[in-house]
Amino acid sequence: MNDLTPYLVISTTLFCLGIFAVLTRRNAISILMGIELILNACNLNFAAFSRFVTPPDDISGQIISIFGIVLAAAEAAVFLAIILAIYREFSTISPDETDTLKG
Amino acid sequence: MELKPLVFYVFALLTIGSAVIVVTVRNIVHAAFSLMVTLFSIAGLYVFLQADFLAATQVIVYVGGILVLILFGVMMTSGRLDMKLKMERGQLFWGGLVTILIFALLLGVIRRTPWNVQEELGTVEGTTAQIGKAILQSEFLLPFEVASVILLIALIGAVLISRKEVREDE
Repeated sequence: MNDLTPYLVISTTLFCLGIFAVLTRRNAISILMGIELILNACNLNFAAFSRFVTPPDDISGQIISIFGIVLAAAEAAVFLAIILAIYREFSTISPDETDTLKG
Repeated sequence: MELKPLVFYVFALLTIGSAVIVVTVRNIVHAAFSLMVTLFSIAGLYVFLQADFLAATQVIVYVGGILVLILFGVMMTSGRLDMKLKMERGQLFWGGLVTILIFALLLGVIRRTPWNVQEELGTVEGTTAQIGKAILQSEFLLPFEVASVILLIALIGAVLISRKEVREDE
């Protein structure tokens, strides 16, 4: 726990689980959960590098993580608004069935 | 036996285990609550990284905000709460293959890269004041203001997208 590698392995695992959710889930909200996992893995990486790689008085990594959380909040709000609009239009939120634009 | 490494590994296992549940469970409400456990344990990992302000922000914004938004989304888009998630076998196979390839690639990168880890880690006594100074008095002031504008845009955009369309001519 006083080493960089365990944190990197944890965040890699989270990232890959998020990718797996985005690739295989067929419900838009589950895909949003996968995206949140990916963003969390990214923030964890920034915090770990801020602790172990940069000097102790440099906390830029943590600040970048905070900006990441802000962006995740904005993204989640817009994502759910789009999901609500899609649900009103199609009565489903499965990405496979909302294919009106498909040629 | 020392307590600190034990607590760290408990948090690490909780993070990964509950994330696996988020990805695999078939009931979407269970997935959302499992995501809550994941986010809480990541806040615990932030504490181990001596990022106390970040841990508090994680709990407030993720658990208190985004998770509630996700649960609202679940409840407004599924007629019944026990909505089942279907998965296709071919999609599972190819998705799993791509995921495992990416995982192996990233692990290889982690193992081979010579990380420039600091010799002395030192302890930090609370990062809140440092973060405030860095945001308000140095190079992070402009990103901070841009982030506030982005939040305003997201707010207006979300309201505009999700409301019912009202036509003048009807």
